[in-house]
Amino acid sequence: MQTPATSPWKQAIQTGLIAGAIAVLLSLVGMVASFSGRFIVSGVFTMGQVIFLAPILLMSYSVIRRTSPQSPRTVLLTGLLTGVVGGAVLAALVLIGKNINLQAMFVNSSPKLHRILTFDQELVPGLLVLLVLSMVMGALASGIFLLPRRYATAINQALVWVILIGLLRDLILTVTVRWGPLAGLIKLLFAVSGLKPVSAVLLFILIAGLHYWRSGKLAVKQTRVQPKQRPLVRWLTWAGVALLLILLPPILGIFFSDILDTVMMYILMGIGLNIVVGFAGLLDLGYVAFFAIGAYTMGVLTSPELAANPMTYWQALPFAMIACVLAGLILGLPVLKMRGDYLAIVTLGFGEIVRLLALSDWLRPWFGGSQGIQLIAQPKIGGLLLNTQQELYYLFLVGVGIVAFIAWRLRDSRMGRTWMALREDEDVAIAMGINHVATKLMAFATGALFSGIAGTIFAAKLQSVYPHSMQFLVSINVLCLIIIGGMGSIPGVFVGSLALMGSPELLREFAEYRYLVYGILLVVMMLTRPEGLWPDARRRLELHEEELAAKAGDSATESAK
Amino acid sequence: MAILVAKGVTKRFGGLDALSKIDLEVEEKAIYSIIGPNGAGKTTFFNCVTGFYTPEEGELLFEGRNITGLSPDRVTRLGISRTYQNIRLFKNMTSVENILVGMHPHLKTGLIGSVVRDRRSVEEEKSSIEEAKRLLQFVGLKGKGDMMAMNLPYGAQRRLEVARALASKPKLLLLDEPTAGMNPSETQEMVHFIRRLRDEFEITILLIEHQMRVVMSISEKITVLDFGLKIAEGTSTEIQKNAKVIEAYLGRGAASGLGQAQAAA
Repeated sequence: MQTPATSPWKQAIQTGLIAGAIAVLLSLVGMVASFSGRFIVSGVFTMGQVIFLAPILLMSYSVIRRTSPQSPRTVLLTGLLTGVVGGAVLAALVLIGKNINLQAMFVNSSPKLHRILTFDQELVPGLLVLLVLSMVMGALASGIFLLPRRYATAINQALVWVILIGLLRDLILTVTVRWGPLAGLIKLLFAVSGLKPVSAVLLFILIAGLHYWRSGKLAVKQTRVQPKQRPLVRWLTWAGVALLLILLPPILGIFFSDILDTVMMYILMGIGLNIVVGFAGLLDLGYVAFFAIGAYTMGVLTSPELAANPMTYWQALPFAMIACVLAGLILGLPVLKMRGDYLAIVTLGFGEIVRLLALSDWLRPWFGGSQGIQLIAQPKIGGLLLNTQQELYYLFLVGVGIVAFIAWRLRDSRMGRTWMALREDEDVAIAMGINHVATKLMAFATGALFSGIAGTIFAAKLQSVYPHSMQFLVSINVLCLIIIGGMGSIPGVFVGSLALMGSPELLREFAEYRYLVYGILLVVMMLTRPEGLWPDARRRLELHEEELAAKAGDSATESAK
Repeated sequence: MAILVAKGVTKRFGGLDALSKIDLEVEEKAIYSIIGPNGAGKTTFFNCVTGFYTPEEGELLFEGRNITGLSPDRVTRLGISRTYQNIRLFKNMTSVENILVGMHPHLKTGLIGSVVRDRRSVEEEKSSIEEAKRLLQFVGLKGKGDMMAMNLPYGAQRRLEVARALASKPKLLLLDEPTAGMNPSETQEMVHFIRRLRDEFEITILLIEHQMRVVMSISEKITVLDFGLKIAEGTSTEIQKNAKVIEAYLGRGAASGLGQAQAAA
């Protein structure tokens, strides 16, 4: 028996109101309007519409999942009810906005928003369209829930991919422009903005079909891979990834390579901070300080404005690295006894101190004050000066490669275990004979070093550094990407950086709402997937070789039957 | 020969004497128990021995060496390790990793070795994992090595904690209420386990216990604490007859009542 409090109808209305409120919020902050120029399917629907319809779809799905098991009819009705309530809230926004001028308080409650929400129709038919579409979202959610898993994932995937392909039209066209006859074909898929309606439908069917087919295949295939073949497969995958990474800049062109540089820079910093926060559990909010120290050391030593005998990039690099390690130790020493919040506050202060010192008039003769440092040397290899975004990408790539390798090796070693033990229970770790002073300092120094390397490349890329590039927000960005990627996970840093740094650059409209999106993403992640997008898979230390062999044997006998 | 000697150990918290003038001698390869009601100072004594606390007065000698006031890691390196009353494993690490951390003082691989993985550090890692697997097998957790410590059942966590303590190759093992929260059959198993521990590793075991049955069956010698004072010392039969002990555990009336009953008998 269902108690009245958990009756599906009541829940549906509640959740519908929440979904509507989210959609209203997104509309009022202006996201809907600013994305309405970006078509996903040309002439049919825009990213703006996705933004206000997606909450209704997602919330409908969540309420259905919460209230199940129910009969299919109830599920469908729950979805429809949630959808219509969500739509009604949006409709109310339009009605209120049309009759009362809300713009004094909510700048974005503009006629443009109302036009978008009523789909360019007259008020009454427009609102009806809105309500019907919201109900369609609810129905879609219940459909996805009711269908067998295989169909549901196929539809999910197809939906997400079509939206992504429509959004990333520019990137896809740039990449494929030199693919000969294929380029022409791909170009045919797209309109001036987004996909053509026909190609959207075709793509949807194609992707859904592919997923359906593959999920059937995969179930059979997984048992068939012999343990012996695995290393080979793994090596081939790695070689493929490496080749792709090397070939990316010429494929992507200058504009997208620039974005890639930013992503790589944050990966470098992310891997460093991951050691401090993810491995050793020391919450460092002033991480940008080491980035600044790396960049400024590079500037001071190589810029003819400041140095009497300017060095080259490679001559200055070791000094910059030493400076960062020392800075890491200097920050580490006073905070050895601090834990948790206290540590976070002190490190935050450290980050600000470094930025303010760089900005100060007092140190202007050395660091250039607010004018920063110009004419910083760029790295030369042989006779080749690395100065374009594409060439500098390789510098980042090598840096990321080395740093990721070191981080990975450290994690799976006595050193990494020491950090983790300290993170888990400091007192016990100390009692086990771990020297917490050396261990913590090592974490700070390693993290600082990696961040500093990112700083030197950053300085070389722009040929200049300014104090205002060293904002507190940089530290927060790096921390966010670690959390979203997965605390303590090295591949997670890559995923997190791509998602948080790549997407706002790719979709300029996002840049304005970057922190709103981060906030939403962080909250949603903490609620639904606190381990991150790509969580850390623990190394198998006690290899179950016998078990694997036994499993392979079982499946062999099964298939023999 | 006594492996651990306490001479007049006193520990104060503010005005409270958590331990006052405790003397005891633990013979080598003995199973020695410290018992007493809640708040008697048993765990405080453990913390003094392992270096978490520094006693205000008195001396602690381990193998004839003064260890009073040494830091916990120094004490561990000398050969004393312990478990905790409320299990304190590294929860988000696997069982094997927990044991490997316990081996820390005996491993040498540093920062460079970890990154480069030269032959010596690879071999050290390999042999230490082998050793960890042996310890897992000893404590009956074979095959659980890749499980996160927090996902192990309660009894297994207790045994993993013992394995971690053994990993530092101690000569003296301090067990803080190893049977806390266990049912009678689990308790019985733990009693056998503790004996096996002493016999196979040839170590001395100092034990804090609440359950009288456990203490009486395995201890060669018992010290009873009450309000920070040592009120009795002896073998289990001696302790069972001691009026002060009965009084501390059951109250004054019970002690006199028991005395009368004995006299009547």
